[in-house]
Amino acid sequence: MASNNDSLKKTLIVIISLCLVCAVIVSGAAVGLKPLQKQNAALDMQRNVLDSAGLLEPGTDVVALFEERVETKLINLKTLEVVEGRDVVAFDPIAAARDPELSTNLSKENDPAGIGRREDITKVYFINDEEGNLETLVLHIRGYGLWGTMFGLIALQPDLNTVRGINFYEHSETPGLGGEITNPRWVQTWQGKEIYGDELENVQIDVTKNVTDETHDIDALSGATLTSNGVEYLIEFWFGENGYGPLLEKIRKGELTNG
Amino acid sequence: MVSAKEIKEVLFGPIFANNPIALQILGICSALAVTSKMENTVVMCIALTLVTAFSNFFISLIRNHIPSNVRIIVQMTIIASLVIVVDEVLRAYAYSIAKELSVFVGLIITNCIVMGRAEAYAMKSPPGMSFLDGIGNGLGYSVVLLVVGFIRELFGSGSLFGYQILQLASEGGWYQPIGLLVLPPSAFFIIGGFIWVLRTYRPEQVEPKD
Repeated sequence: MASNNDSLKKTLIVIISLCLVCAVIVSGAAVGLKPLQKQNAALDMQRNVLDSAGLLEPGTDVVALFEERVETKLINLKTLEVVEGRDVVAFDPIAAARDPELSTNLSKENDPAGIGRREDITKVYFINDEEGNLETLVLHIRGYGLWGTMFGLIALQPDLNTVRGINFYEHSETPGLGGEITNPRWVQTWQGKEIYGDELENVQIDVTKNVTDETHDIDALSGATLTSNGVEYLIEFWFGENGYGPLLEKIRKGELTNG
Repeated sequence: MVSAKEIKEVLFGPIFANNPIALQILGICSALAVTSKMENTVVMCIALTLVTAFSNFFISLIRNHIPSNVRIIVQMTIIASLVIVVDEVLRAYAYSIAKELSVFVGLIITNCIVMGRAEAYAMKSPPGMSFLDGIGNGLGYSVVLLVVGFIRELFGSGSLFGYQILQLASEGGWYQPIGLLVLPPSAFFIIGGFIWVLRTYRPEQVEPKD
C-alpha cells in the first residue's frame, strides 16, 4: 500500500483531485454567500450612518428608516458636482482612494491625517426632515491614529458647522485607551461642538487635555495622546480646503441639497 | 466495533486529562487574541471545533490514499478549505462578529491543534472516531478559552456577553476595571494559572524534571 501511494502517478492523482474538490467547495461557498455578505456590509454601513446622526435606537428597522430618511449622493470633490451614472449603493469611497484614476495624491504638508490619497468622488448622506429640508449631513472621515487608520462618519447640523454626532466604525487603536474613541460617553462630548470659528474659515476643533473653549474643545482621551491627535488632525484635514471645505461652502449656499 | 468506553475517552479525554492547550500547549496564539469578549470567544470555539472535527473526518477518509511525502500539504489543503468556508459563512450570517474576529478565523489554519490532531490521530484512525476526536479536542480548547474569556471580560470590561455586570467607575459605578485584562498578554497569566490549578489536581500531568 505505502509504496504504491508514494508513486509519482498516485501522488499526482491524489493531489490534483484533492485540489479540484477543494477548489469547487471554496469557490462554491464564496460565490453562493456573496450576495448575503454584500447585503451585510451595506446594512452595516447604513447602521453606522444612522448611528452617527443619532437616529439609531434599539429595535430600529435600519433598512426602512434609511430608505425613508436618507438620500445618498455621490459628489465629485474637484468639480463639486453630483456624479451621475455610477451605482450609488455599490460605490465605495475608500476603495476609490486607492484607485489612481479616482483619487488625488496628497503632499506631506497637505496631509495632516496621514491618509496618502484622497478620493475625488465621495459619498455624502443627506438626511431630511419631514418637510424635506436638510436636517443632518453625514460625511465619511478617516485618518491615521496610533496603530492604523481610523474610519468614521461625522454628522453635521444644517448649519454645517455644529456636530450632531461622530462614529468611528473601524479602527485598530489600543483597547481601553485609544479604543475609547468608540465609547458612547466620549462620542457624546462631540455633540454641539462647532468645527469652524465665527468666520467659518479655519477649523477650530481642538482635542486637548485642558478644555478651555467650550464650543470648540474636546476633552482628549486619557492615555491616548496619539489617537487624540489623530482625531484632531483628521478633522482638520477633512474640514479644510483639501477635504470637504469647498463642498460645505457650496451646500451652505443652498446648492446640491435639492434633487 | 469501538466500545462506548473508547468513544467516551476520545470525546471527553481532551477536556481535562489530555487538554490540547493545558497539557499539549497547542493553540496558544488564538487563545490570547480572541478572548477579550465572551461573544467572540464562543464563536471562535465553535469555529475551531467544527474545523478540527471535519478536517479530521476528511483526512481520515482518504488516509489510505495520502502519499506520505506530501501528507502535510494534503492536510493543509483540506484544513485551509474548511477554514475559508467557515470564514465565508461567518461573514454571511454573523457579520459583526466576523468583523471582530477577522484575521483570527483565517489563522485557524495555522492553529497547531488542527494540524496536530490530523497528523497524530486522523492519519491512523477511522473517520467516525477521528470526527469525535476533533470534537473532543475542540471542546478541550473551548473549555480553556471560555474560562479565559470569562475572566477577561468580567474583570477587564465588567460585562459578560456585552451585558454590564459590574458597574464601571467611569460610568458612575464602583468597579475600576483591570486594564491589563483587556490586552492579549493577560491571557498568558490566566492560562498559566489554569495549567497550575489543573496540574495541582492531576499531578500526573506535571512534566518530569530534566
